[in-house]
Amino acid sequence: MEYLVEIENMSFSRGQRPIYEDINVRIPAGKTTAVMGPSGIGKTTLLKLIGGQLTPDSGDIRFKGHSIPKMRRNALFAARRDMSMLFQSGALFTDMTVFDNVAYPIREHTRLPEDIIRTMVLMKLQSVGLRGASELMPSELSGGMARRAALARSIALDPELIMYDEPFAGQDPISMGVLVKLIKELNDALNLTSIVVTHDVTEVLTIADYVYVMADKRIIGEGTTEEIQSSDSPLVQQFLKGNADGPVPFHFPARDFATVLGEGR
Amino acid sequence: MAFLASLGRKTLNIFSTVGRAFLILVGAIVARPQPLKNTSLVIKQIYIVGVQSLLIIGVSGLFIGMVMALQGYTVLVDYGAEESLGPMVALSLIRELGPVVTALLFAGRAGSALTAEIGLMKATEQLSSLEMMAIDPLRRVIAPRFWAGVISMPMLALIFSAVGILGGHLVGVDWLGVDSGSYWSIMQSSVDFEEDVLNGVIKSFVFAVVVTWIAVFRGYDLIPTSEGISAATTQTVVHSSLAVLGLDFVLTALMFGTN
Amino acid sequence: MTSRKVEVGVGFFVALAFASLLMMALKVADQGVSGTGETYNLYAKFDNIGGLKPRSPIKVGGVVIGRVGDIHLDKEDFTPVVTLVISEEYRDFPDTSSVSILTSGLLGEQFVGFHPGFSFDGIETLNEGDYIADTKSALVLEDLIGQFLFSQNKDD
Repeated sequence: MEYLVEIENMSFSRGQRPIYEDINVRIPAGKTTAVMGPSGIGKTTLLKLIGGQLTPDSGDIRFKGHSIPKMRRNALFAARRDMSMLFQSGALFTDMTVFDNVAYPIREHTRLPEDIIRTMVLMKLQSVGLRGASELMPSELSGGMARRAALARSIALDPELIMYDEPFAGQDPISMGVLVKLIKELNDALNLTSIVVTHDVTEVLTIADYVYVMADKRIIGEGTTEEIQSSDSPLVQQFLKGNADGPVPFHFPARDFATVLGEGR
Repeated sequence: MAFLASLGRKTLNIFSTVGRAFLILVGAIVARPQPLKNTSLVIKQIYIVGVQSLLIIGVSGLFIGMVMALQGYTVLVDYGAEESLGPMVALSLIRELGPVVTALLFAGRAGSALTAEIGLMKATEQLSSLEMMAIDPLRRVIAPRFWAGVISMPMLALIFSAVGILGGHLVGVDWLGVDSGSYWSIMQSSVDFEEDVLNGVIKSFVFAVVVTWIAVFRGYDLIPTSEGISAATTQTVVHSSLAVLGLDFVLTALMFGTN
Repeated sequence: MTSRKVEVGVGFFVALAFASLLMMALKVADQGVSGTGETYNLYAKFDNIGGLKPRSPIKVGGVVIGRVGDIHLDKEDFTPVVTLVISEEYRDFPDTSSVSILTSGLLGEQFVGFHPGFSFDGIETLNEGDYIADTKSALVLEDLIGQFLFSQNKDD
């Protein structure tokens, strides 16, 4: 199988706090890969590392065979034109209409005449179902619509890789369904490679081809959807089933409760 | 030991902050120009930081000129020198009050807004998202705002002084009865275009660079949380005001200090 | 992308700033005889220059013809030397001309009064770098009062 993104023996830490220790991830081209894990373990960080916004402490990250951390600024910017990222908040520019937001990367990176840009933008908006909202400002959109508009913007220049940062977080069931459908359709129709970072297990398992489960700075499980669901790792099972207590403890690490209470006397 | 360590840590912090600030300044100034696209961005920002500050600058200039004429008149009239009201109002406005008060008002009105705006763009991941679109936020977000501030402030200071001198005329000549001819002519004989007006503009330009720089740097460098944004906006106003007042002394000493 | 409102606003702003600069140049700071025009220098030695300062005007019968440049002390005879920067427009003053330091009003600013002399044949004109021989020093109010009191006493 061909891999679009390869992460090898990568370690990363924020200040004194290690986030990743020696992880290996490979993202197959043309497939949807899900990266799952509990909140606060730096899944977004992983996407920023792939996008070159952060540099790993050691190890390598390769995009289309070229090492991202070793790239100079211009090469990195060139590589980023082939990737695109859907931020959790959507990150639409609040001072432009939806139309201008989607047109923005096209206007920035190409010298196309305005009528072609218009056609392109309307096509992208049509594909996410927001053509009617093209003249609205981002503040007038609901959360789900904002995310769809941002999705239209991230596919504006037909990238090869789309990274979704928590696309389902805080969505109602209908918007969630819409987004799941969109991710799947875009991936198939445009022959994209998708990385979906999420903790919404059920939704992502319906669209993912390959799954990585992360916890405690490491990859604790990987495989196809079926392999993951039948995994015998208790950690993976706890995560998939959503048990409150298990290998990932319910309590934040603390000293013995009885002892602490006793000290109050 | 602990004292030395904390002293060392603070020094290092200051150095790294100054270093990052310089990087941003360099990034904003050297940002590869894209004439057509950037001009329209700069014009839009001039509208926001410059045109929208016109009202407060105009009103403040008018009142400061009027108050100075009133105060000056009561002192000067005792010596029968009320004709000197013109140069007094004009020189203090052109040399000092114009550049300084404009810079202070600008820091409060436009500087804090710049910091908050850039900070919110950072908090809502708009800056990250620009980077991921292979667009340099320094060039697209910081540079236009920086240049708009640097261009706008000297113009605002000129307008401030001009309105102030007219305000002085209003009070001094129209209300208190100083002769209009001597208001202008004595002013003309004591104000020098190069020495006073141009130096005032240079002062204002220096303030503009410093205030806008502090504002965009604080916005770009802040911690993207509610506390971070509010702290950064406050810092923008405090730091730029202090910087303006301190620099004003240095510049005044250099420009007008020796004859 | 830039809307019409923005363009009009910025245009108005720039026009306003330009008008202010123009007002500074023409109405507030008189550009008449200073700096930019062609000038030539004359020198005059005074016993006492009073409160004369660089950039004080030089007037002929009330018309400003130039401004005082540098003021320094002659190293040999210890008298003040005043550089008179005169506009190129006003040339060919005879070298019988005299200068005096006058005060506008009782307490006003001091200026240099320039009195062109009569020109006969054979009288040369003042050129760049010449010294004006006939000078009258500033009136110092304290001296004047002293003289007045002194003469009063003599009358008694």
